[in-house]
Amino acid sequence: MSIRERLSGNEAAATAMKQINPDVVAAFPITPSTEIPQYFSTFVANGSVDTEFVAVESEHSAMSACIGAESAGSRAMTATSANGLSLMWEMIYIASSLRLPIVLSLVNRAVSGPLNIHCDHSDAMGVRDSGWIMLFSENNQEAYDNTLMAHRIAEDENVRLPLMICQDGFITSHSIENIELESDDEVKKFVGEYHPEHYLLDDQNPIAVGPLDLQAFLFEHKAQQGEAMKAAKQVILEVSKDFEAWTGRHYGLFEEYRLADAEMAIVCMNSTAGTTKAVVDRLRENGIKAGLLKIRVYRPFPAEEVANALSHLKAIAVLDRADSLNAIGGALFEDVTSSLYVENKHVPMVNYVYGIGGRDTTEKDIESVYTDLTEIVKTGKVENPYRYLGLRREEK
Amino acid sequence: MTKIDKSTPMENLTTGGDIYEAGNARDFKTGDWRSMRPVFHGDKCKQCGLCFPVCPENAIPVKKEDLKRTDFNYDYCKGCGVCSKVCPFGAITMKEEGVDQ
Amino acid sequence: MPYNLKEVVANKPSRFTEGHRMCAGCGAPPVTRMILRALKEEDHAVIANATGCLEVSSFIYPYTAWTDSYIHTAFECAAATLSGAEAAYQAMKRQGKLPKDKTTKFIAFGGDGGTYDIGLQSLSGAMERGHDMTYVCYDNGAYMNTGIQRSSATPRFADTTTSPAGKVIPGKMQPRKDLAKIMVGHHLPYVAQTIAINNFKDLYEKSEKAIYTDGPTFLNVLSPCPRGWGYPTEDLMPINKLAVETCYWPLYEVVDGVYHVTYKPAKKLPVEEFLRPQKRFRHMFKPGNEWMIEEFQKEVDSRWQELLDLEEMTNKAE
Repeated sequence: MSIRERLSGNEAAATAMKQINPDVVAAFPITPSTEIPQYFSTFVANGSVDTEFVAVESEHSAMSACIGAESAGSRAMTATSANGLSLMWEMIYIASSLRLPIVLSLVNRAVSGPLNIHCDHSDAMGVRDSGWIMLFSENNQEAYDNTLMAHRIAEDENVRLPLMICQDGFITSHSIENIELESDDEVKKFVGEYHPEHYLLDDQNPIAVGPLDLQAFLFEHKAQQGEAMKAAKQVILEVSKDFEAWTGRHYGLFEEYRLADAEMAIVCMNSTAGTTKAVVDRLRENGIKAGLLKIRVYRPFPAEEVANALSHLKAIAVLDRADSLNAIGGALFEDVTSSLYVENKHVPMVNYVYGIGGRDTTEKDIESVYTDLTEIVKTGKVENPYRYLGLRREEK
Repeated sequence: MTKIDKSTPMENLTTGGDIYEAGNARDFKTGDWRSMRPVFHGDKCKQCGLCFPVCPENAIPVKKEDLKRTDFNYDYCKGCGVCSKVCPFGAITMKEEGVDQ
Repeated sequence: MPYNLKEVVANKPSRFTEGHRMCAGCGAPPVTRMILRALKEEDHAVIANATGCLEVSSFIYPYTAWTDSYIHTAFECAAATLSGAEAAYQAMKRQGKLPKDKTTKFIAFGGDGGTYDIGLQSLSGAMERGHDMTYVCYDNGAYMNTGIQRSSATPRFADTTTSPAGKVIPGKMQPRKDLAKIMVGHHLPYVAQTIAINNFKDLYEKSEKAIYTDGPTFLNVLSPCPRGWGYPTEDLMPINKLAVETCYWPLYEVVDGVYHVTYKPAKKLPVEEFLRPQKRFRHMFKPGNEWMIEEFQKEVDSRWQELLDLEEMTNKAE
């Protein structure tokens, strides 16, 4: 029986962490994720968790300590944003290469510079090829639910990869919304205990972790990571199914919102999906066949499934909340276009970079995208596939 | 642990490069690095103990029963000569590897 | 129990094995091995290692030279990595997930690059947080693993590949950082500077104290590098002795803030005795460069005096 509450996204993430009761949390404050270690250290101070809280002196050390803790045989968690993740970057790769199922709560924020503390996805996009499983969350409920599912996915013997749960900085992290929580006991039962086969603190079977891995072996070890990432897709679906059986809340690799009979659709992640749903509903009232595909599982990228879900459309707009600054569009756009191409499906597609540095993305903005798509549906032509949404510029 | 070498397929490599057999570097012999060879003269040795802790290769065995050193373990000795230098009694001399004297 | 080298070596098996790939005559393996011998035989250790010579030569897949549990992550974060493992130990022990009657000790090894320079923040953080661990710096005075680049532990005037002795600039112009004192500034229960000398008594006893003192402790160990310093490999022990007898590398410990100089040479040798056998100081002996040796001597003298003053002062205060 779920418990109705009102929590911010950060409170939701911290509450999930409390219920998971990990052995070690090592974190360093950075806006907008600071509240997570704040709440968590309060749980520690009040004895409501069994966790050792390591108040490290940097995010680099936060991830290093998580790696040490997880290798030692314990569950380790952390939280960060933007530049914090940038400083962790070296260790992010090491965590995944050592196959440690560390769980990180990433509250998305623009990476400097110039300095900005508000939401975009440039932090997450910077680690998209690092071998971490990446789950995106539209709201506080999804941030909470994704966190509860994280360990079952990451620790699966066929996976053994670290996992990050993303949510939008301030937009969801600091907005208080209704949420359904599960009871501590039920969470404990669902998450289960962590018993790794090999760990540093096993004094009877000492191990060595983190070799110099030369030409004869690194390729194979990287390919092992690649296989694990492929295997994760199925595990995510299985865990989500169990989760649904328990809570009644359904999760897939992505969410299709009024997509089945749509002519045109937006593909996006995190809170923008909420705005888009409202727009879709209104357009539908006016007879416009608009739909949405909201990515939940960004890594592993569900290419085949995405391609199949989108192939019937006449126009697609992919919204990237981070600019790859490569003159050919954002990262999500690349993933979606190549997914369709490889599946031998062709749909006219356009990319919008939007919401950089916390720029508001309104229903009006989203509606303008559907207006553009209507035009593409009509003509079948895409002029200027790489666009901005909500950017000020001189009229041409 | 199964034997791992350059021909091992990825499926049989340990996950993440972990090694579960602590101290297995003993299987890797470094004796062929040697260009100079230490020679132990037991008759001159006074078992003073200065030589065995300085050996970087742990190649000077010490017996548990009588706390006496024995001959070099040439499987690992790299021929650095540190032991010969610290011996006050001339009980360790260095000669070129592969040359009979 | 008084230290008996033969018994220690014969009865406590080496926890750093043969078959590693450090250079012939390297100063680090004997030091590492003796520090680990200070562990009680029944105790397990988790060892963290910063990227560096010791790491790349001791755990080349699929061979590890460590008989205890070992972890290497990156260059600058051996202390942070180990602090995570130690935190896990505390948590798991508290929750009854580990056997009650068994002890695990936590030891980090880093070179001077990974400790004085890129790893200083991580080290400082871990020490300040009070983890129950010993951090060992094996100081060979430069980035030897990448080919002898200067570090903040490199002595003044040394010729390295990034502080070359040129026509205008004669080597590294800055004096070396005093890391042990920075560690003392963290108010640790135990800080010591040591070296492998004679029968290794100084090294062994300080290691034992460091490992078995509760809380964060620090050891700074001078570890000569024949290649980087430019001396014949067999001269490891004579070089160590000169470092100590000239007071270039004073042996001391600081217990709860109180300094004890553990060896005072009866007759302090001129520092040029230590400098002369090393190629990295060769340019200092060219005619016209006498001032460099004088400057070097002055620095050694003032640091030695400062140490003696600190010893007097802190003991008086007690």
